[in-house]
Amino acid sequence: MTDFVVALLAATIELSTPILLAAIGEIIAERAGVVNLGIEGIMLLGAFCGFWAVYVTEQSGSGLLAALFVGALMGLLMSYLSINLRADQLVSGLAIWILGIGLSTYLSRKVLGIVPGGVMVKGFQPIYIPVLSDVPFLGPVLFRQNVLVYLTLALVPLTWFVLFHTTVGLKIRSVGEAPRVADTLGINVFRIRYVCTILGATLAGLAGSYLTLARMFTWIEEVTAGRGWLAIVVVLFGRRDPLKALIGAWAFGVVYALQYYIQAMGLGIPYQVLLMLPYLVTAMSLIIITIVLRKEEAPAALGVPYAREEQ
Amino acid sequence: MAVVFSLTVVGFVMVADGINPIVAYASLLNGAFGGAYNFAETLAKAAPLTLTGLAVAIAFKCKVWNIGAEGQLYVGAIAATWAGLTLTLPEPVHILVVIFLSFLFGAAYGLIPGFLKAKFRVNEILLTLMMNYLAIYFVSYLVENPWRDPSGITYSPVLSVSAWLPVLVPRTRLHMGVLIAVLSAIALHLILHRTTFGYKTRAVGESPEAARYGGINVIMTATIVMAISGGLAGLAGMGEVSGIQHRLMGGISPWYGYLGVIVALLGKLEPIGVLFAGIFLGALLVGADAMQRAAGVPVTVVYILEGLIMLFLVGGERALSRYMGLRRER
Repeated sequence: MTDFVVALLAATIELSTPILLAAIGEIIAERAGVVNLGIEGIMLLGAFCGFWAVYVTEQSGSGLLAALFVGALMGLLMSYLSINLRADQLVSGLAIWILGIGLSTYLSRKVLGIVPGGVMVKGFQPIYIPVLSDVPFLGPVLFRQNVLVYLTLALVPLTWFVLFHTTVGLKIRSVGEAPRVADTLGINVFRIRYVCTILGATLAGLAGSYLTLARMFTWIEEVTAGRGWLAIVVVLFGRRDPLKALIGAWAFGVVYALQYYIQAMGLGIPYQVLLMLPYLVTAMSLIIITIVLRKEEAPAALGVPYAREEQ
Repeated sequence: MAVVFSLTVVGFVMVADGINPIVAYASLLNGAFGGAYNFAETLAKAAPLTLTGLAVAIAFKCKVWNIGAEGQLYVGAIAATWAGLTLTLPEPVHILVVIFLSFLFGAAYGLIPGFLKAKFRVNEILLTLMMNYLAIYFVSYLVENPWRDPSGITYSPVLSVSAWLPVLVPRTRLHMGVLIAVLSAIALHLILHRTTFGYKTRAVGESPEAARYGGINVIMTATIVMAISGGLAGLAGMGEVSGIQHRLMGGISPWYGYLGVIVALLGKLEPIGVLFAGIFLGALLVGADAMQRAAGVPVTVVYILEGLIMLFLVGGERALSRYMGLRRER
């Protein structure tokens, strides 16, 4: 029984990582007042470009760089649309999403041809942290993961600290809450929004590469399967607080982990029903939590473009 | 405008690839419109695209961000398949029942998130997306288990012929669904611009608060709009089952629901505009096959085109007006 719980929790941590990583990025962007609905598309591009770079160079690190780079590029595009052109952020995000699907599918078929799951890469294997990985229970759950898991778990308290306990964080939040006041106080609203949006998209790209480099070790079209959207749900549930988002992401991780275990047990439940599980849980919790909590504590200027002079 | 920009950008990509874009686009046009068969194919693809485009357009017009046309399409396809497989009805009645049920089930699937959004402010983008995944996996379950064809393939059995949509032009796949799409566009245009309900829809879309002060039942309006939206997407699913495949299968929609978002925006959320945008995107999908055969351009180039069109639609006009000397602020 303990073995089962340990294995389940370890899987939970592992499976929640890409969702959590993307959610942290989205929290940073949303705190500065920019909703980026394109992260599902950015994750897809990160997943493919990361895979492609490793496939070509055979260096796992290059995959991370490629994913970061393509994420930043998409973040730049999102920033330009929503900050400079002041386009509707929801629609801009959807555009980025569709572009991400299109580009990743086009590029992958061009480079790899249509052989799904044909090419494998080495990617990131679990690293056993000395001493800690031998601690009973906690060791196998937390300290036998791959490097991206450690990175993500470190980013949670770091982002929380920066956002809520530093001047930089205060500036970011003021830009999201009251851009005009922030501007009057000499804070560069445009620059902060740019940096936060690009940073957020960069993490989304990284989160995508996790799927191809640390889980599948190959490229599959639509490998993200809605995880970018789940990340947005986690941000919503976690009220844009990294620590609460961590709990939300783990909750999804448990659902995914259970889904795989039930599948492996072979209880004769059709696999589609199990695949539906995460989406069903999300939909139900979205409804229940919204109805119970009623009021949404979003930053006041979330989704509102900022113009220096009213036209 | 957005289309011209996107085609130009992709043209440059082709040049970089060593392909003559003029030859490629000529073959695309020829593939989409050259000859009765090709043109019929274009219209057959335009039908579901127009319907999902209309579904998205009316919801967006009311500021309900329905991304769930894909799921509503699948639910409509399930309803059509159920009616086509299990009911035994005389010739003209059967297909009418099929059409009605697919609209009804699609409408119900749209109504749920619509009501929850209007009444409780449940995020409709996320909810409709989740419901898409649920509907798609449910279809996959149906065709692999209870509805599996006796031959063993993972399709449903073929529907009774009385549940097929009549073919309009012999020896093509141009079915009655095209007519349904055109009629829906006209009907929606009239509803939006000639009825009080249409007025309410636009009022809620422009400002829910003002509409509420004006005595409009905002919750009721948004819920009905989402029901109509879901119903239209359901009809698109019915068209694929009763008009094209004559059976249910997984992946029956190659993203028609999501492409509906592009179609709706390209048509500026106006039903008649959506109709033409649907034909355009249908031509793009059909023509891309010809382009691959004639010029060696991969079909997937269409995906990039779609993304670019969307991008230019969102930002293009604003960017243009900025760089045409209208820029005032830094």
